[in-house]
Amino acid sequence: MGKRLEAYQTLLARPLSISARILLAVAVLMIPLVYRFPLWTMAFQSNQYPDPLRLAIRIDSLEGQKTADRDDLREINSLNHYIGMRPLLDSDFSEFLWMPFAMGFFGLLFLRAVVIGSLKDLTDVSVLFAYFAIFSAWNFYHRLYLYGHNLDPEAPIKVDPFTPPMYGRVKIANFHVESYPGGAAIVVGIVGALLLSALVLSHVEARRLRAGGSG
Amino acid sequence: MRNLKRSGTWGWAATLAVAAAVALYACGKGEEGGRRGATVTGGAASAAVRTYVPPGDLDTHYLFYSGGHSGNVYVAGLPSMRHLATIPVFAVYPATGYGFDDESKKMLGGFTWGDVHHPSLSKTDGAYDGRWLFVNDNANARIARIDLRDFKTKQIFGPIPNLSGNHGSSFVTSNSEMILCASRFGVPVPSGSYAAIGEYAVKYKGVVGALGIDPKTGELSMGFEILTPPFDWDLGSTGRGPSADWAVWTCYNSERATGQLEKTASEHDRDYAILVNWREARKAAEAGKGGAVGGVAMLDPKKVPGLCYLLPVAKSPHGVDFSPDGTFFVTSGKLEAITTVYSFSRAMAAIQNKDFTGDEDGIPVLKYESVMEREVQIGLGPLHTQYDDKGNAYTSLFIDSAVAKWNPKTGEVLDTVPVSYNIGHLLVPGGDSTKPTGEYLIALNKLSHGRHLNVGPSQPESTQLIDISGEKMKLLYDAFTEPEPHYAQACLATLLHPIEVYPIAENRDPNAIFDVKDARVERSGNKVDVKMAAVRSTLWPTAIEVNRGDTVTIHLTNIEQTTDELHGLGINRYNINLVVDPGETKHVTFVADKPGVYPYYCTNFCSALHQEMQGYLLVKE
Repeated sequence: MGKRLEAYQTLLARPLSISARILLAVAVLMIPLVYRFPLWTMAFQSNQYPDPLRLAIRIDSLEGQKTADRDDLREINSLNHYIGMRPLLDSDFSEFLWMPFAMGFFGLLFLRAVVIGSLKDLTDVSVLFAYFAIFSAWNFYHRLYLYGHNLDPEAPIKVDPFTPPMYGRVKIANFHVESYPGGAAIVVGIVGALLLSALVLSHVEARRLRAGGSG
Repeated sequence: MRNLKRSGTWGWAATLAVAAAVALYACGKGEEGGRRGATVTGGAASAAVRTYVPPGDLDTHYLFYSGGHSGNVYVAGLPSMRHLATIPVFAVYPATGYGFDDESKKMLGGFTWGDVHHPSLSKTDGAYDGRWLFVNDNANARIARIDLRDFKTKQIFGPIPNLSGNHGSSFVTSNSEMILCASRFGVPVPSGSYAAIGEYAVKYKGVVGALGIDPKTGELSMGFEILTPPFDWDLGSTGRGPSADWAVWTCYNSERATGQLEKTASEHDRDYAILVNWREARKAAEAGKGGAVGGVAMLDPKKVPGLCYLLPVAKSPHGVDFSPDGTFFVTSGKLEAITTVYSFSRAMAAIQNKDFTGDEDGIPVLKYESVMEREVQIGLGPLHTQYDDKGNAYTSLFIDSAVAKWNPKTGEVLDTVPVSYNIGHLLVPGGDSTKPTGEYLIALNKLSHGRHLNVGPSQPESTQLIDISGEKMKLLYDAFTEPEPHYAQACLATLLHPIEVYPIAENRDPNAIFDVKDARVERSGNKVDVKMAAVRSTLWPTAIEVNRGDTVTIHLTNIEQTTDELHGLGINRYNINLVVDPGETKHVTFVADKPGVYPYYCTNFCSALHQEMQGYLLVKE
């Protein structure tokens, strides 16, 4: 058992292979895209809104579609007040402060692994990133839950508490609500896949080298 | 933004289905005979295809027609002829709250009606530019500007000093430099001065003039006026191309008669048109050559020669219309069934050569034969002329109840189509610009005589759509309109880009609020300011407490930014009704002179809880 642990420690201390570093470098380059595209998109369609109201959740803000004749975020809030839902305000989301910072932080950690990284560093950063991604997804779901469940009891229209959909198309009152991950979420997924690939690649390579060394 | 939708496959299928239905209906009715059967023929089927706009599809043209003594402008779509909107101009219009808020009340200047006659779209290089629509008030000598960005009246200029009966108006020059105005009724000047009617011929005066238009804002300002004999200036037209600096008006009563004008003003064989170089007149006025009459630079042709010339025209003329290229203009005599084509270049040559036959109060009279190009007998009661893109002219025939299509170069009458009935003006989209079209003509008729369901003695006017795309004109559609479509303007829908909400970012009103949290009542002495916000479905604040005798100003902002989300503020028994569009702020000031409790509510339906959108004005004794 002790030998195995020792061997594992040695494995973790190995410098990262070139191919793993390339994968990580690609992940670093993808980070800016997370700022560029929305994390999640929601669309609300009804008879009165044949062109759906559109809401994008970005890493640092809520962004309603704006046209010359409509401001969708404003409109969504106007409509939601009828059921007593809190208005969606950027200032209520502390996520918009720490998430951009966290992404940048991950970028730096990835970069560190590319330059001076060992397999241990890669493992650390992968675990942290997985935690960050899963926590963010859960947090988003929780947010939706809170908005749909903390309805003003004095609202003009009483509806049963609900959770707006996180994925897919659901009918809520007279609205068809569509919710899907946006470009930034897909980028986060790809970054995760790159980390995983780098991990797998490093393990396979290490094992191959070890096999070569003992033989 | 909605775009113009073209009929897709389904649109065409629907159109054809309607055509088929109409055709079947026509066959059935035709066999039965009867009144309807006589009018619905096979041709109606193709007319239906030409005018039917399927649900959800949009018309291709805007039509703006004057609402006459209703004081409004009406907006319809072509080819469907559907009424789309009413733009109140000179009259109170509760539907949009016009005339209730401080600003529009001030614009109306205490008048409660006006007589809208001749709408005129602003022009650049002689073609419509889609910026503004101007309309004249015949009754109180005013001109108003409607901004086509939001279809709202933005300015009412007037009563214009010295003018009485501003009928020969509001034609704009080819780059919207100026807009014409003229006196239809001779009166002593300045306005307000008295002279006995027996002194009409010498003490009463006619006036023709023009207002300036600010090229950026469209703001109207006084330009110049020219003193003329007390002829009744009737209709006007502005030149283009070579004649761009000139304006022309016709007159009746060159006899300077009074009393029963239908006899006394019909004695002379000819009346006059007046040609005015508006550019020179404006310069002369700016150079201080006019005497101040009623606060206006009034140019007296005796003292400032070279600005205007009279031209004999067929007896009791009405319309005068410059051709699209500005090389000729046409007048028609109501009493003498003659339509006359005048050459602009020959008029200029006659002026150059002083080819005059005399003068009227210092205005030279050009020799008729030197300027007249052609006299054409088109039909009885010729009035107004429009032009198409193929060089044809179309003249309305009041007595014949018809429209004649003719060639102004040869005088040949090409086709005549009967209208129902007694046409006044007529209109081809772009027909008074350098870019006339050749698809539709609209006949603006005076009488409708039972071509519609009987609605009692107050009959609507009739407006008819005529297809002029082929060699022969075809009547397509009857529409019935509010009184009274005198003249109209029409343009391609693509020319206009109206907004649907007022962007909050553009609202600079110091009393506007955009958050319901800012709604409040402020008091300073006995002056009360209410910063009110309207949003689905509350008017904030929901109660206003004041003391009897307070002067209250409500600053109402609609904080919505969604198309169609209008709100109103009606206050019971206080005769107040504001309507605010999304992003708009309006103000109303009143004295709370009636003690008691007065509910206010949203007058313009807005939402599911519109009914609950209410509050209380509490006036303490």
